[in-house]
Amino acid sequence: MLDEAWVLNGSVALRPEPFGALAYDFTTRRLSFLKDPALVEVVRALGEHATVTETFDAVGIAPADRPRFGAALERLAGQQMIVRRDAA
Amino acid sequence: MTAVASRPAATRLVDHFEYGLDAPICLTWELTYACNLACVHCLSSSGRRDPRELTTDECKALIDEFERMQIFYVNIGGGEPTVRPDFWELLDYAVAHHVGVKFSTNGFRITSERARQLAATDYVDVQVSLDGATAEVNDPIRGAGTYDAALRAMDNLRDAGMKDFKLSVVCTRDNIPQLDEFKKIADDHGAQLRLTRLRPAGRGADVWEDLHPLPHQQRELYDWLVAHGEGVLTGDSFFHLAAFGDALPGLNLCGAGRVVCLVDPVGDVYACPFAIHDNFLAGNIRDEGFKQVWQESALFRSLREPQTGGACTSCSAYDSCRGGCMAAKFFTGMPLDGPDPECVKGNAEFVSAGDRPAPSQDHSHRGTVRNAPVPVSIGRRRPPTTMCDESPVNAADLTPTGS
Ligand code: SF4
Ligand code: SF4
Repeated sequence: MLDEAWVLNGSVALRPEPFGALAYDFTTRRLSFLKDPALVEVVRALGEHATVTETFDAVGIAPADRPRFGAALERLAGQQMIVRRDAA
Repeated sequence: MTAVASRPAATRLVDHFEYGLDAPICLTWELTYACNLACVHCLSSSGRRDPRELTTDECKALIDEFERMQIFYVNIGGGEPTVRPDFWELLDYAVAHHVGVKFSTNGFRITSERARQLAATDYVDVQVSLDGATAEVNDPIRGAGTYDAALRAMDNLRDAGMKDFKLSVVCTRDNIPQLDEFKKIADDHGAQLRLTRLRPAGRGADVWEDLHPLPHQQRELYDWLVAHGEGVLTGDSFFHLAAFGDALPGLNLCGAGRVVCLVDPVGDVYACPFAIHDNFLAGNIRDEGFKQVWQESALFRSLREPQTGGACTSCSAYDSCRGGCMAAKFFTGMPLDGPDPECVKGNAEFVSAGDRPAPSQDHSHRGTVRNAPVPVSIGRRRPPTTMCDESPVNAADLTPTGS
């Protein structure tokens, strides 16, 4: 995943909240919670960078935190909240 | 950390919810108090239209505000929302403005044509109310002919290709033995079953003693819910049952004024759809706009303060049950910081309930209603135990309509 291009699913809207953001998928009517403001930044920025790793660089995610963020992105991918760009 | 932080920083998501969000997650908007029916347990005492009802333009302006606040979806109810002549127009307007809609209906007006229209609209979900898996159980509560009408609506929705609409059931003493049958009706229609808790709100307060599930039925319901897991929706309404064992799926907290609220037909904002009473009225959207009420009202701010658990704090189940439902306590006259009237540990018995509060409003029909509830057992009312056990104000309205 880290070397691939991803993007927030077009049917998903993010609403900022004190803890991070609510993510709502208008198609599946599924509500999810992004429990970290930095993760919200990453998700928002995914579409602007060639790979996930470049997004981490741009947002400034420390190397030690990347496994945690990578796992969170995998979960979001499983829920179709984010999608592969070539598939989008 | 700044010096102004007077409460511990929230670390779990549920703590954030307790402190309130910038916009609600579960907003119910009752479009009208008008209803073609007269269900005995109506939480909003609906029947007659309120002349001060929001106009079409006011409704649209409110939808615009929801869009600005990124309220992704609203639960529309009533009354029967489809009796508003502009209902379908407002539905389209909401969807066009990125506010998804799930609306509740008794099904009378879901014709095959409307069903096809609904099936063709994205971001709209329908919830058909049914409170008995047979007409014998349903019609005494919801009214003569209402079982057939709900089933007809569900047939129409299925035939139109509507997927995963909801069959919504309020669990009562009479229908808890029918849970499997409800599930089958839902499955047969490609619908999802949604079970919710009877609450002593509105006319529900009048039938609560007769209809709320008995202690052994609470257990039966809990076991059934655990066995069916996420396959059955509950609107997070049974978290007081978590005291039996494992928590049920959901947030497991009273969201009133924190993540939940109600906008009523005249624009009044209450902490929760089951709390239509002056004590839980936060403000009116006509005066100050919805956002201002949600974010700044004194009532909502106080509900977001840490609450004391009172007698519940020493209970082993407090972490998951949290003392149950605020509205259920209020309308049965119990202290808000004590156990739920249906406390599964039996602790409600040790609390002396005060007098039931008088309702602040009532839109019940005053004359005869065509599809009035068939009075069998529900017509019997418990004798008042104190002079004020029943509201002295509206004594005439407490007689079941149509009897
Ligand atoms: S008052 Fe009761 S129904 Fe309303 S949000 Fe709280 S627990 Fe739910
Ligand atoms: S005592 Fe309170 S916290 Fe414990 S089960 Fe009863 S209502 Fe829930």
